[in-house]
Amino acid sequence: MPDHDTLVHMYTTMARIRAFEEKAEELFLAGKIPGFVHLYVGEEAVASGVCASLDRSDYIVSTHRGHGHCIAKGASPRRMMAEILGKSAGYCKGKGGSMHIADFSVGMLGANGVVGGGFNIAVGAALSAKMRRSGQVAVCFFGDGASNRGTFHEAVNMASVFELPCVFVCEHNQYASTTPATYSVSVKDVADRAVGYGIPGVTVDGNDVLAVYEAAREAIGRARQGGGPTLLEAKTYRIKGHFVGDPERYRDRAEIERWRARCPILRFEDRLRADGALAEAEMEEIRAAARQEILEAVSFAEESPYPDPDDALCDLFVSPLQGEGCGR
Amino acid sequence: MREITFSQATLEAMAEEMRRDPTVFVLGEDIARQGGIFGQFKGLPQEFGYERVLDTPISETAIVGSAVGAALTGMRPVADMHFADFVTCAMDEIVNQAAKIHYMFGGQARLPLVVRAPDGVVKSAGAQHSQSLEAWFVHVPGLKVVAPSTPYDAKGLLKAAIRDDDPVLYFEHKALFAMKGPVPEVEHVVPIGKADVKRRGRDVTVVTYSIMVHRALEAAEELAGDGIDVEVVDLRTLAPMDVETVLESVRKTKKVVVAHEACRRGGAGAEIAAIIAEEAFDYLDAPVERVGTLDVPIPFSPPLEARVVPRKKEVVEAVRRVV
Repeated sequence: MPDHDTLVHMYTTMARIRAFEEKAEELFLAGKIPGFVHLYVGEEAVASGVCASLDRSDYIVSTHRGHGHCIAKGASPRRMMAEILGKSAGYCKGKGGSMHIADFSVGMLGANGVVGGGFNIAVGAALSAKMRRSGQVAVCFFGDGASNRGTFHEAVNMASVFELPCVFVCEHNQYASTTPATYSVSVKDVADRAVGYGIPGVTVDGNDVLAVYEAAREAIGRARQGGGPTLLEAKTYRIKGHFVGDPERYRDRAEIERWRARCPILRFEDRLRADGALAEAEMEEIRAAARQEILEAVSFAEESPYPDPDDALCDLFVSPLQGEGCGR
Repeated sequence: MREITFSQATLEAMAEEMRRDPTVFVLGEDIARQGGIFGQFKGLPQEFGYERVLDTPISETAIVGSAVGAALTGMRPVADMHFADFVTCAMDEIVNQAAKIHYMFGGQARLPLVVRAPDGVVKSAGAQHSQSLEAWFVHVPGLKVVAPSTPYDAKGLLKAAIRDDDPVLYFEHKALFAMKGPVPEVEHVVPIGKADVKRRGRDVTVVTYSIMVHRALEAAEELAGDGIDVEVVDLRTLAPMDVETVLESVRKTKKVVVAHEACRRGGAGAEIAAIIAEEAFDYLDAPVERVGTLDVPIPFSPPLEARVVPRKKEVVEAVRRVV
């Protein structure tokens, strides 16, 4: 059982992610967010439970559904919100958007618009950590759909062969876009695939933050001590559509309601209440503070100006040559 | 000046940069225990160890992808592709990840990555071991692309590429590895983005790079016998291109041949010809001629291969058409 501070931290993280995502949905539906937004609602326990065992200097590699990973790793909701609104105060100065948020100052090496595009980046971060003898660990978040990419095979094999400090966290949310895992994944548990790489594979209830926490802590500890990679699978469900506005013709309402009843936040609250770890009023205070923080993030984002259109030509290269880039 | 081979020149560049900066390392297939399939890594692991000269599984995706991750976290990886043709297995890592990360994340990340890609036609290697694919990468913003033609440039450009904070594609023609040329004992760096006039001439400009530089120089020798004075501009870097050196030559000679071993259609030569048309149309006395491999896969049988790949003869003929 994690200590009290860790419990509070994880609950707070989950509440902040939920508040961020509900606000992002509202803003998207109000037409204030360009592009696409993929929400993490229902999966909060995974990022929160995993990142609770990471240091600021550790690395994570995220996905197109990355807001939760960002917040859990310590990114600022203000700069995230500004980014998804396309503003200049955003993490990427408006060049990235929801699918491309990164915060290198907290080891968040980037969301990725390519499903399965992050595996090898995480392996490289782990390789780098090992070569620098830094003791850092790299965590790669990915979905059940991404586990079908060839990149998964090359990455996990290489991480195993070189015994890299890497933890592969599969957020099995049952659907790859509109395609059910039961149709497209050859095994019931993605963790079973670990056998093919000679590494531990663990499946946990991804809506139980304590289960995620315990399994992740063990995997991260093993990685940090030189014990090599782990494939950790968290079974969860995305309550919202693949993206905001998804007509969701591929699943029925009853299924969504069944999973809604297993909401990771409500379940954690039941547990905290039963254990006497947090009182109702304390939890309400945490939720209210989270909502307030996100409201302030929205104000910050809305007050931030749009980038100067000519900024589109900046940041192409670190070392631009004469005549290249924006000349600033 | 002493003469060493192109391959030795790249090896010296690697060793010097690995001595200079402990974050430089190289990864790829058969590079450490084997020394590289062209011997271009021989001796490196003995000096730098088997971690910094890292043999990998046959996993081009993971080689480049992990190099991206390592570059983002403080290392300066050099990823070897074995054959340039296999870069196709790492296209997402180069095009969607490496090329875009600095820009897409608003400039917060550095990506000092070199991808070494031995390319070109040599000894009937066949359709999947003979291509020159540089044009694909010239087309993608965020990548730098170099293609040296001499041992001197091979060493200097590889050092520049390793020191560069952006992703660089380093195309090295397989048939050049054994070629000898003068390389100073003291270290030198060839700046990325600077062309080099390999031969001065008054009558025609041949804009070229990589192995075609040598075929253009041979053609120039032959044409000199007929009183045609050819200038050979070796681009050395294809992206970003040294447009000014090309235009300066074109304004002088008023006639241009663009030559490369890559296929003609959609090749880098098309871009060069377009730039010349945009920037120096009024100076031209003749349409720009393009020389490139015919638009078929590289065939295996020697007479078939010889039929499609441009050599001195094709450059000579193209020059005669414009003068």
